[in-house]
Amino acid sequence: MPDPENPIPHCPAPLAAALRVLPLAPLSLSLTLFARRIAKTHPGMVQRLGEHAQTDFILDPVDLPVVLCLNPNGGLPRVRLTRQQVAGAARISGPLSALLGLVHGAFDGDALFFSRDLVIEGDTGAALALRNAIDDAELDLAHEAAALSGPLARPVQRLIALTERRTGPCLTRPEDAVIW
Amino acid sequence: MVMEIVCPAGTPAALRAAVKAGAHTIYCGFNDETNARNFPGLNFNRVEMREAVQFAHQHGSSVLVAINTFPRAGDEAIWHRAVADAEACGVDAVILADLGLLDHTARTHPGLRRHLSVQAAAANADVINFYADTFGVKRVVLPRVLSVPEIAAINAETEVETEVFVFGGLCVMAEGRCSLSSYATGLSPNMNGVCSPASHVEYIEDRGALDARLGGYLIHRVDKGEPAPYPTLCKGCFTAGEKTGHLFEDPVSLNAERLIPQLQKAGVTALKIEGRQRSKSYVAQVVRNFRAAVDALEAGRPLPEGMLARLSEGQAMTTGAYKKTWR
Repeated sequence: MPDPENPIPHCPAPLAAALRVLPLAPLSLSLTLFARRIAKTHPGMVQRLGEHAQTDFILDPVDLPVVLCLNPNGGLPRVRLTRQQVAGAARISGPLSALLGLVHGAFDGDALFFSRDLVIEGDTGAALALRNAIDDAELDLAHEAAALSGPLARPVQRLIALTERRTGPCLTRPEDAVIW
Repeated sequence: MVMEIVCPAGTPAALRAAVKAGAHTIYCGFNDETNARNFPGLNFNRVEMREAVQFAHQHGSSVLVAINTFPRAGDEAIWHRAVADAEACGVDAVILADLGLLDHTARTHPGLRRHLSVQAAAANADVINFYADTFGVKRVVLPRVLSVPEIAAINAETEVETEVFVFGGLCVMAEGRCSLSSYATGLSPNMNGVCSPASHVEYIEDRGALDARLGGYLIHRVDKGEPAPYPTLCKGCFTAGEKTGHLFEDPVSLNAERLIPQLQKAGVTALKIEGRQRSKSYVAQVVRNFRAAVDALEAGRPLPEGMLARLSEGQAMTTGAYKKTWR
């Protein structure tokens, strides 16, 4: 039962269409490098995972034709996109916007879970540890992407902001969630 | 005087969110079995606690540390160390439940303010005054089994400050006396800091229906479109004879925001929000809502309309025992 006051935005159809044909290997490599940067700049996140720092997580944006396999690998994460059916220790499924909103602290994970916008399967403890580690990290993916872009940082941030305005999914930490 | 909002924080980020949202006081715990929310990825190590206390104090908020599980025989040193470390971190008070730990703290850390946890289940003035006289307890968190008139009766007979839950998860039994979780998992909040530990919870979706299992036992199944089931035995749905239903209690959570004026008249000092296991987004929204309510009350304005339904566990709410309509 989605909240009518605060609906979860739909994933843009062109993104889903593109992911049906794009080669996934280079995307997986980029995401791995991106995840490694985040792990390096937010070491507390891996610490919070504790015994789950080597767990295979499946993150399944249900409105995209791919799933993301993530292993934090003790701080040197590996990320793989695939269109195949895959198994992992813990699977978190939901609309892409819900997953991104969780990362940015725009949504409450329990509320999404009880409303069934989010589904958790497998090792609930691992999923909870990941949720808590990400919630504490105060991530801003747009900021992290810009930092990786060197001299292109400003145009990249502008592009991300424009994409967010046009499409709806939360790609940055909302103003409200920025805490001193 | 404005009623004090006491807010949960499971992580340093949640603590900062609470401070920003206007919490007067934040309660949290160390990342071990000394507190009753010992969940994966949650809580504070010693360095984080020290930094969190500094941050809160810089912004005019207080920090309470819950050390409110019951020490295991032979392992009391873990709990003693937690009390000593809390004091070293500069916390404003510790929240304790165990008689032995209260005694230890009163004797070896006399300058450290002591609150009585809800886990102690102190539900009448005599026992509260005993804790105050014997261990110097300054505040008691009342169990969620009392009506507003009963709370007023307690406050009339004690000088100890009272703190009551106003929002969040609700337990069917007096806290500190519930071992339901241990029957299915071997672990309980009283000894291990976990009710229905996540490692023993499993959700399985099958053609739209969703099963919740605890320790391998099916405790609730919901159909497509229904809210996800709660993973604790107390809110499970069971079949006995020809009847199927919530044997212990309905999966609802507490929201007493409309009762704040009555709670103030009953002499309550502080309003406590449950949910150290919840996100910083939840913390910020709930604190903002309750801070607006107590500020409105103090200024003589009507209470703002609540907007917290979606944040409640099970997405249904009750005023719990505060209004015992079944009596």
